Amino acid sequence: MRYDTHTKVQPVVAGDVLPEPNPEISAETRRMSGAEILLRSLEAEGVKIVFGHPGGAVIKVYDEMARIKPTFQHILVRHEQGGTHAAEGYAKATGKVGTVLVTSGPGATNTVTGITDAYMDSVPIVVFTGQVPTGLIGNDAFQECDAMGVTRSITKHSYLVRDVRDLARTIKEAYHIARTGRPGPVLVDLPKDVLMAEAPFHYPESVSLRGYAIPEAGRPEKITRAARMIMESQRPIFYVGGGAINSNASESLTEFAQHARIPVTTTLHGLGAFPEDDVLALRMLGMHGTWWANQAVQHCDLIIAVGARFDDRVTGKLDSWAPHAKVIHIEIDQSCISKNVFADCAILGDVNTVLKQLRPLVEPKDTSEWLAQIEAWRQECPLEYEQDGKLRAQFIIEAMREKTQGDAVVLTDVGQHQMWTAQYFRFLHPRTHITSGGLGTMGFGMPAAMGAAFGLREAKSDRPVVCISGDGGFVMNAQELSVAAAHKLPLKLAVINNRFLGMVRQWQELFHMERYSHTDLSDTNPDFVKLAEAHHCVGLRASTPDEALGIIDEAWKVHDRPTVMEFQVAKEEMVFPMVPAGAATGDMITKRMTPNSFV
Amino acid sequence: MAEPLVLTPQQIIRKKAAGEPVEPDDQELTSQHTIVVLVENSIGAFIRVVNMFSARGFNIESVTVGVTDDPTISRMNIVTTGNERIIAQILRQLSRLVETIEVTDLTGTDFVERELCLLKVRYTGRSRAEILDINSIFQGKVVDITCETMTVELRGPSQKINAFIKMMQPHNIVEVARSGRVAMQRDHTSI
Repeated sequence: MRYDTHTKVQPVVAGDVLPEPNPEISAETRRMSGAEILLRSLEAEGVKIVFGHPGGAVIKVYDEMARIKPTFQHILVRHEQGGTHAAEGYAKATGKVGTVLVTSGPGATNTVTGITDAYMDSVPIVVFTGQVPTGLIGNDAFQECDAMGVTRSITKHSYLVRDVRDLARTIKEAYHIARTGRPGPVLVDLPKDVLMAEAPFHYPESVSLRGYAIPEAGRPEKITRAARMIMESQRPIFYVGGGAINSNASESLTEFAQHARIPVTTTLHGLGAFPEDDVLALRMLGMHGTWWANQAVQHCDLIIAVGARFDDRVTGKLDSWAPHAKVIHIEIDQSCISKNVFADCAILGDVNTVLKQLRPLVEPKDTSEWLAQIEAWRQECPLEYEQDGKLRAQFIIEAMREKTQGDAVVLTDVGQHQMWTAQYFRFLHPRTHITSGGLGTMGFGMPAAMGAAFGLREAKSDRPVVCISGDGGFVMNAQELSVAAAHKLPLKLAVINNRFLGMVRQWQELFHMERYSHTDLSDTNPDFVKLAEAHHCVGLRASTPDEALGIIDEAWKVHDRPTVMEFQVAKEEMVFPMVPAGAATGDMITKRMTPNSFV
Repeated sequence: MAEPLVLTPQQIIRKKAAGEPVEPDDQELTSQHTIVVLVENSIGAFIRVVNMFSARGFNIESVTVGVTDDPTISRMNIVTTGNERIIAQILRQLSRLVETIEVTDLTGTDFVERELCLLKVRYTGRSRAEILDINSIFQGKVVDITCETMTVELRGPSQKINAFIKMMQPHNIVEVARSGRVAMQRDHTSI
């Protein structure tokens, strides 16, 4: 076998000579360093922004950056994890590929959380990691880490470039793989000697990857069958995931659902794919989804899954989920089909293309009885919270929804505030809700918001970027605040401070006999206003609903730097409704069962 | 709302999960599958395939790899076990990898499988004839002999090798080396 990844011993094969130079390269093509080839390739790829942090192994890249002044902007982040989340936020807000550049060893390992997050949530990013010189690989050299090995099961694909002449082609492939099919992270490991070596530069026009097929249109017989299943169904629903947004299918989906009169429920990542103010919108389903969406799932006779993967947070206990439903699964990743729930009709293809194929075959349906039933469930258990004059996260989220009229890009961290945002913000547009769903990474929100804001600035959009975090997650990547401030990004950063790890606290209260083990943050929380000010941001604080409205108004008047709004809320508030982990979707807890004197 | 009359496959799976009887009930039976994977000829591709099995908790009973007539392609022969759903998942997860070119499940088709075994056994004057006897029944070949041990080479389907090792067990086996299985479809088709 050919040793393309590092091994201690390189086999010497007779006749193993280096490949001939590419004949397409014209004689006048200038020779340049690997580092410059990297930068020129990024330019050729149309990269506009790179989130990075220098170090020994990539010093040549930064040197060339200062010398040639590439057409893209480099953002110096203060921690590589922040850089990967920023690239994710950028990618999710714009639909383009995010780019990260870090050094070897700790630089590479610090990207691991962000890469895993991107892998779980199908976010296209390319991460360039420096590596020790090829001769030192495997030698436990200073700042050496087997980045390929560490990231093998968390990347869509990864490369170690051993020869500078493979560099441009590898970068072309990396972006192609990250962007196409089900998007995902690609890692390119760059040994220092490869970056120092010289070669002529030629950026390939196309890639040739014989083992990599990108599904596009669905097979016609499957389309016909699906159309028949839809026409035969009495109680159909659309179950829409992040794949619909990745495939830019929001418009086709909305038109389809409205034409056929089929209600739509979305996953956490599907939020925004279908306007939540539409009468057909059931809002989010699953563990913290709405009562009526989950009731609809449990009683429907057909689920049309669109770019969704039947995650355990959606289905709960599998063997009692959607017991009456047949399943049509429209999906670009074959490994998601029948992984958790058997698909009666699986259509492998690009979600948007398949919806467009299917739409002409479906006549408007009379679903009025079914919609009336859903409306009854909606009345039975609406989303609500106590109105007793205390400041609550739901109120803050609704206030910001009011302020922006839903025309904002909203990012969240992970926890209770994330679920409240999903429940109460009522998203209208695709790519306006960005969160860490699959991996559930605390500390995602703030740096991702920064990345999204750079993306919007690039697209000349004046949509505000709002980030909703908890006091637990916010501090996990708060170092990026000063980066956002340096670039004058007018982020609106809400910190829902209940002085607790709220979601863990909620589980401790409900399922662990109210033993609040290590979730109280009151002794270790920083002063968030001072934290903001120390990072050159505006810091505001509110502890009553009136104050909250006041600081939201104030924050929206700041245009030249981020504003951190600390909202001091009641610690006892819980996210309802809720399907306990592993329970049947039908068994939702709709409100606090035992009266609690604090609330 | 009324229960539909015909069970969907999804409901069959759920009924089984709940321990209720369903017919036909052969869908969940675990069986052994021989899967051939053509991959880019690189260590990276090989590791990625093997890593997929461990990362996703699938079994590997045997794995072999070698270059094909095309020097850029390696052929991996993987023996694994699982029910229909798991095997389908394995095939999909394998196909999804960037460096896999072709994935074929040979189980259910007519195919030849072979394994090579080298077995070193210590003999005495008394046991020598019997060892040679077993060896000749299995059509093994003595490839090395010293005054204390002999090494025999045996090839054939894995069951034959299992049987051979079992027959040799009463004797003093020094070591056993098995190659793992290679497999190929019998007819004129290729994968």
